[in-house]
Amino acid sequence: MKIPENLLYTHDHEWIRIENAIAYIGITDFAQHELGDIVYVEIETVGENLNQNQTFGTVEAVKTVSDLFMPLNGEILELNPKLETNPELVNSDPYGDGWMIKVKIENNAETKGLLKSDAYALLIGS
Amino acid sequence: MENELVNIKKTALNDTHHTLGGKMVAFAGYEMPVQYAGVNHEHEVVRNAVGVFDVSHMGEILIQGKDALPLIQKISSNDASTLSPGKVQYSCMPNNTGGIVDDLLIYMMSENDYLLVVNASNIQKDWDWINSIALDYLDLTITNLSDIISQLAVQGPLAVKSLQKLTTINLADMKYYTFEIGEFAGIPNSIISATGYTGAGGFEIYVQNKYIKQLWDAIFEAGKEYNIEPVGLAARDTLRLEMGYCLYGNDINDTTSPLEAGLGWITKFTKEFVQSDLLKIQKENGVTRKLVGFEITDKGIPRHDYEIWDENQQLIGIVTSGTMSPTLKKAIGMGYVTFEKSTIGSEIFINIRNKPVKAIIVKTPFYSNPNS
Repeated sequence: MKIPENLLYTHDHEWIRIENAIAYIGITDFAQHELGDIVYVEIETVGENLNQNQTFGTVEAVKTVSDLFMPLNGEILELNPKLETNPELVNSDPYGDGWMIKVKIENNAETKGLLKSDAYALLIGS
Repeated sequence: MENELVNIKKTALNDTHHTLGGKMVAFAGYEMPVQYAGVNHEHEVVRNAVGVFDVSHMGEILIQGKDALPLIQKISSNDASTLSPGKVQYSCMPNNTGGIVDDLLIYMMSENDYLLVVNASNIQKDWDWINSIALDYLDLTITNLSDIISQLAVQGPLAVKSLQKLTTINLADMKYYTFEIGEFAGIPNSIISATGYTGAGGFEIYVQNKYIKQLWDAIFEAGKEYNIEPVGLAARDTLRLEMGYCLYGNDINDTTSPLEAGLGWITKFTKEFVQSDLLKIQKENGVTRKLVGFEITDKGIPRHDYEIWDENQQLIGIVTSGTMSPTLKKAIGMGYVTFEKSTIGSEIFINIRNKPVKAIIVKTPFYSNPNS
């Protein structure tokens, strides 16, 4: 199970990559593996300002539906356009081409409650 | 999950599934593999090549004696008197209120000797129900073989080629819904049945538990050159749904009538059975709701228990099964809608997260096998 060290993680199995005032968000390798083949990613919150833990979308696997939660406060700038036709990118490259949203965050945004890679590894028992 | 697994039953192949990396889940009281390599991949393996399902959780009830046929005629909606030895029939057992106790396969082994194959989730319910009706009959022996019989479903266009190496029975000549009893992979008295729940063709093979690993290994060896693979319950569900086959507990249950469920073709009023008068009246008066297939024309995936709306967002039904079809790459589903809204081509809306998502009622099966 891949858990890159340069990312932050949530208890709901999202990852966050922060580059200055921009954050990229997706779901973890563990999450995509648990969900199985992903067939649909629904994100209709582009342009909205959402708070930490609010739902920003839904990911659907063949057998299950899961909500996606904001790891931190921010404005959703963009969703990954590739997921519209290739939702399976979330399975094949969860930390790369399978990213889900790009978010504008405050400088020095509140990252309280987010996990570092070693803590996330403990959470999923790997 | 951990706690649920404490009192759970296991099939004789449980260790094999773990070794193969199967993702195990609780299903109908059994720990079963829901997937191995991935549901879409496994689905395609069955549509295009050959896959193997452990379906040993299914129940088997043997009914023998001079009253076996009269009892079966009483409990089942289809006409079992049309069976001859070696033939299989799909049927259902209506309950006292015109709903369905279970759907099942009836195998005629010989005169006065029938094997009923039932859903794992209903084994105890079926057993109690059959025995309660059997009180009115004298010459009967009813035996629950569920815990000693294992079953593999070998499905797909390359099933015949794979399995032919293991038996002298001419598999290509076997007609759909017939079976043979004989030696298979060196195992005596195997039941080889030309049936399945996938629409991909193939066989279901029944042996005693003690032979199942031998059977599994022989099939994988024989199918090696055709890239045979194990397939889990998730793909079993997407495969059956593409064919529009009912799943008990989803599309049919104790409150749905066989006529509402589109099972009129296995409901024969040429004989008397449990609540046949009630169902006959329903047939004459017409049903008020009907199970239909639909395709989403907008975006979204229907799921069990989602509401079905009309164009004014009025409730007109309920989704019973839904998925993204791996073969058709479309979201498909089945559900009950009011009779007036049930015609092919009607536009309906599925309430997906409080949003009306457009769908159109279509004929089932959703998928037609090009090889059949």
